[in-house]
Amino acid sequence: MKTTVSRRTFIKGGLAGTVAATVLPEKKSQAATFEGYPDGMGVLVDLTRCVGCRSCEAACNEEQKLPQPEKPFDDFSVFDEMHHGQKRRTDETRYTIVNRYDVPGLDHPLFRKIQCNHCQEPACLTSCFVNAYTKTPEGAVIYNPKVCVGCRTCMIACPFYIPTFKYSSAFNPRIMKCIFCYDTRLKEGRPPACVEACPQEALTFGKRNKLIEIGRQRIRETPDKYEDHIYGEHEVGGTAWMYLSSVPFDQVGFDTHVPKEPILNYVKDFLGIVPMVLTIWPALFAGFHLLATRKDWLKNKNEDTHEEE
Amino acid sequence: MRFFSHQRPEIPIVDHIKSDGTEWTIKEKLWLGLSASDYFKQFFRNPVNWLMIGIFAVGVPLILQRYIYGLAAVTHASNDYPWGLFLGFGLFGMVPLSASGFMLGTTCELFGRKDFHPIERLALLNGLLGYFFAVLFLEVDLGMPWRLPYPMFVSLGPAAVLFLVAWHVATYLSVQIAEVLPAFFEWIGWLKGKRVIRKMVLGLTIAGIILSTLHQGALGALFTYAPSKVHPLWLSANFQWIHFFCSSIFAGLSMVIVSSTLIRNFAGWRCDDTFKNSLDDITIKLGKGCSLAMITYLVIKIVAIAHDQEWAYLLTGWGSYYLLELGVGVVLPMFMFATAVRNNSATLARAAAWITVFGIIWNRLNTSMITYNWQLYPEIPHWKEVWITVTIYSLYFLTYRFIIYRLPIVYNWKGKK
Repeated sequence: MKTTVSRRTFIKGGLAGTVAATVLPEKKSQAATFEGYPDGMGVLVDLTRCVGCRSCEAACNEEQKLPQPEKPFDDFSVFDEMHHGQKRRTDETRYTIVNRYDVPGLDHPLFRKIQCNHCQEPACLTSCFVNAYTKTPEGAVIYNPKVCVGCRTCMIACPFYIPTFKYSSAFNPRIMKCIFCYDTRLKEGRPPACVEACPQEALTFGKRNKLIEIGRQRIRETPDKYEDHIYGEHEVGGTAWMYLSSVPFDQVGFDTHVPKEPILNYVKDFLGIVPMVLTIWPALFAGFHLLATRKDWLKNKNEDTHEEE
Repeated sequence: MRFFSHQRPEIPIVDHIKSDGTEWTIKEKLWLGLSASDYFKQFFRNPVNWLMIGIFAVGVPLILQRYIYGLAAVTHASNDYPWGLFLGFGLFGMVPLSASGFMLGTTCELFGRKDFHPIERLALLNGLLGYFFAVLFLEVDLGMPWRLPYPMFVSLGPAAVLFLVAWHVATYLSVQIAEVLPAFFEWIGWLKGKRVIRKMVLGLTIAGIILSTLHQGALGALFTYAPSKVHPLWLSANFQWIHFFCSSIFAGLSMVIVSSTLIRNFAGWRCDDTFKNSLDDITIKLGKGCSLAMITYLVIKIVAIAHDQEWAYLLTGWGSYYLLELGVGVVLPMFMFATAVRNNSATLARAAAWITVFGIIWNRLNTSMITYNWQLYPEIPHWKEVWITVTIYSLYFLTYRFIIYRLPIVYNWKGKK
């Protein structure tokens, strides 16, 4: 087979090279203002559609090979469980849970699914001193148990109280959290197990950018049905999982006081002083030392010269 | 505690040479020049040791339980409160109280204040042990304690605040070991080592200031990761590191006052006249430093509230608690220190130092546990967690005492130096 380079391919190649040359350095300079992976996936949770069937909980349990819970997934008495006055939360045996909220003035309860929100700029990731967390281009925040030391700073940092620790294990503890079914599904472009299991289409899987449009569209088309807010669009700098609700978000258990910027922004003040201290302190304090001991030095010098005389 | 007599004037040991001209062996030095039976006799005569035995009798099995069955066996295994007493007290409390090392290192070596020299070694030792045991507390708390070197060598996350803490505490620990080593070299009689360290002392001291500024601050900055969890009065994103750093100054100085008071009162036989006679004077001078650091701290605390517009919180219940903490933990001892300086009363300065030490631990517990999750529910630690904390602290006490009894920390070595 004869291979020829036609003028057309040659120009194409040249063009591609030029484009690459102009685009690549530009990408580098964008690192400072990184706004998340453009093709990152997400899920839009519509509270008005959720009926609290717990199918997502069951699907997650199976997919992630988590231990069987004491009460089966069709037992709805779990909605009444309270610990320390709090509704159920994620722990080392469950990456996702659904809670029921009885909202005053509403003739039916609302249900809210909780799992990792897969932040655009995750606090767990930025607080981790062994780089155990990764935000993948697909949108998932995944965790590497092989390097984790078990300091649990990620649990302190997560504004949504998502990462949990396998306290029960002495020799093989680790952080347990939703990973967006990254290994088994998301990597191949498939939706996570919980989304696939939802019979109500309360969970919509898609590109995050697209989901924001869908959310806005739903609000625009039926403004009476929805609060005019997509929870997660801006919260802590944006999350891959976002929520629509028919009632104010704080009535269905959302923390509406979380900052609207990444958690890391709160830490930057300190991180900024580090190079300053490292570079200025040595000179400054060496100078103080010379000043403070100058009199002694002068005295010694005088004595020396006297002795010489 | 008297376990030496007029018949044996060479005890306590202050020299390499015995009265009969022979040299002490290291073993004899370790036994304080006593025979084993005499040593244990005096050991069991001391009620404090019986208390220690009681604490360890329960504490050691609990620690074993923690390492065999996991943290869940000894704590509440809370996912809402990932950090409990081991870090709240052991790390966040012990580290500021150990700022004494770099404070007095700076005063003596850098500013050339020779009048503080009698207490310098005690301050350095107090710093070294405080850090060492903070790391020990960390080793109890970490899920995978055997991976302690990971952030240094295996998987690095340099943009995290804890990365800074890890590196700086580790480096500073080695700096402090180097700073305390001369006392050890004198004691074993290896003077070459001492001369080597002597040449590095200025470098070590400056390294100590840098590392201390950053990691004392970094411990505070760790909480800026939780702006929506810690009560706003205890958290200021802009000033948190300064609050922690500034309070560590008077915390460290007060801890040295407390420690020297205990040593003077309960181990007076070990102190030499230089130490005893200068202690009151030094205590008052340290108290002066404390009161100056405290007024600075108070101003920055108020600036933080003004900056974050948090005046309204002061009128709430949490606000009263905040004012109580500042009032008892800072304002009261500040005035006591100031009065002590004015009236030249070391006793008053000592009382103030005790309150300050309590106040600083209170502040760190408030930040890390009590006002953390203030919108959720309060977490009361499991009794086993409390007991293990007390056990590790007792081990700290015993190690501290063991070294004070032997190395030339509060006395001058009479032999070759």
